[in-house]
Amino acid sequence: MKNWKESIMRAVFFLSAAASILAVALICLFLLANGLPAIGKIGPFAFLLGKDWSPADVPPSFGILPMIVGSLYITAGSVIIGVPVGIFTAVFMSHVCPPKLYKFIKPGVDLLAGIPSVVYGFFGMAVILPLSGNSILSACILLGIMILPTVITISESALRAAPEQYYEGALALGAGHYRSVFSVVLPAAKSGILASVILGVGRAIGETMAVIMVAGNQPRVPSSVFQGARTLTANIVMEMAYAADLHREALIATGVVLFVFIMIINLSFSALKRKEK
Amino acid sequence: MRKAKLKLSERILRALTWAAAFLTASVLVFIVGFIFIKGLPYLKPSLFAWNYNSENVSLMPALISTVYMTFLSLLAAVPLGVFSAIFLTEYSKRGNKFVALVRVTAETLSGIPSIVYGLFGMLFFVNFLKWRYSVLAGAFTLSIMILPLILRSTEEAIIAVPDNLREGAFGLGAGRLRTVFKIVLPSAAPGIFAGIILAIGRIAGETAALIYTAGTVAQFSVNPMESARTLSVHMYALSNEGLHTGEGYATAIVLLLLVILINAASAWAAKRIGVKK
Repeated sequence: MKNWKESIMRAVFFLSAAASILAVALICLFLLANGLPAIGKIGPFAFLLGKDWSPADVPPSFGILPMIVGSLYITAGSVIIGVPVGIFTAVFMSHVCPPKLYKFIKPGVDLLAGIPSVVYGFFGMAVILPLSGNSILSACILLGIMILPTVITISESALRAAPEQYYEGALALGAGHYRSVFSVVLPAAKSGILASVILGVGRAIGETMAVIMVAGNQPRVPSSVFQGARTLTANIVMEMAYAADLHREALIATGVVLFVFIMIINLSFSALKRKEK
Repeated sequence: MRKAKLKLSERILRALTWAAAFLTASVLVFIVGFIFIKGLPYLKPSLFAWNYNSENVSLMPALISTVYMTFLSLLAAVPLGVFSAIFLTEYSKRGNKFVALVRVTAETLSGIPSIVYGLFGMLFFVNFLKWRYSVLAGAFTLSIMILPLILRSTEEAIIAVPDNLREGAFGLGAGRLRTVFKIVLPSAAPGIFAGIILAIGRIAGETAALIYTAGTVAQFSVNPMESARTLSVHMYALSNEGLHTGEGYATAIVLLLLVILINAASAWAAKRIGVKK
């Protein structure tokens, strides 16, 4: 009787664990099955390297190069803005901040992480748009803020995990407090900090709602940061509501391209983690 | 001469560190303050009327739909996540191929951006299973999205349960299953709880995964096969229409308060794990 119950529950636990595998398999299957035919019909080169996205034209053209470039520019820009501020703030929290202040800053960073994308979008529309318009720059500033909590939280725990002796050794050699932290502790924590940057890149490239509210969303290859641009994510959300036939499939194929980018980021993240061990 | 130079680098690093921390803190204060100032005048009783119409743009139906959506997503994701964590920690051997695959896929799931979940939910639940735009399709899409979060937090909480508790249970003649349910899970409860609270936060803030799965209907319906919008989707819809931006900010206040509450509850639960140790 008891053994019977044990083996049933064991099977239940096993099947639950299989759910993650099933979910990833289904996601891959449905995205590829609905997206790849479109890439075949349009032609992989015309799709990935085509500069013209005009689904309403006769004949239509489905080139997503503007969106690939837009996603890369905006992601790179938000990393340039968010990562330095994030790492310095992480140093502040792990090695500088007095405990009394920490009690306020830590929940603050958690709150920054919990604010929904749409709320960031509203903020961006009202505060950043008047300064820099619907442009790549606006999107980079907003996304730079949005990746801050990711960079700060993971970098901070990496900095805290670095052996205390390193810091003490540097002090004993005559380096000041900040110099010890930046020239000894920071290099010791570099793989954790790199991991935080990779996760930040993942968040930036996948972000949708906040970006479409400030980026302008023009489907053309941008030539300056003051121009608008459309990301891969924006392309999907904006046109899916009314797209049909090949246009719709081309949007799903855009999702496939985004998925491939994310997989590359995931793989480099887990490779980094394995190296750390 | 050399000493003066050291002091200079020390001073520059100190200035940069404090400046970064100050910037992060002021960005947070600015965002929260801005939302409150813009939204408070619109936080009127009519905003909480039971029924939505284009006059009052009530957020009440969206608030109830958010709770409903959260409940359904947790109903699917919590048992799956907790059971998989039990399998990974209590029922499998180290280095098992299946376990490694579960971990890799769970990690993959946690990196997938919400718009890709939205695409998958649209292709699988809405089109393939013919559920149309419905609360159920949205809830299942979100349950896959939060599965890795619950899986990981449960796993960490179970690992933190000391082995002598298990040995004690085995020594008293309890089977593996009984030990898991009577000893391990109750001790790990605060950690599991903290994970669930974080998952609630992600659901409340989600937009991109819901627009094409749960749709954007502004009324609440008990029937899970009907379309409905959550608070975040409501905010996005308001910004898209462009007529009721003030009410959008008021909705943002409600969302922010929700996030603050969720973070406080999660921190409280996490502190209780520390006490148990």
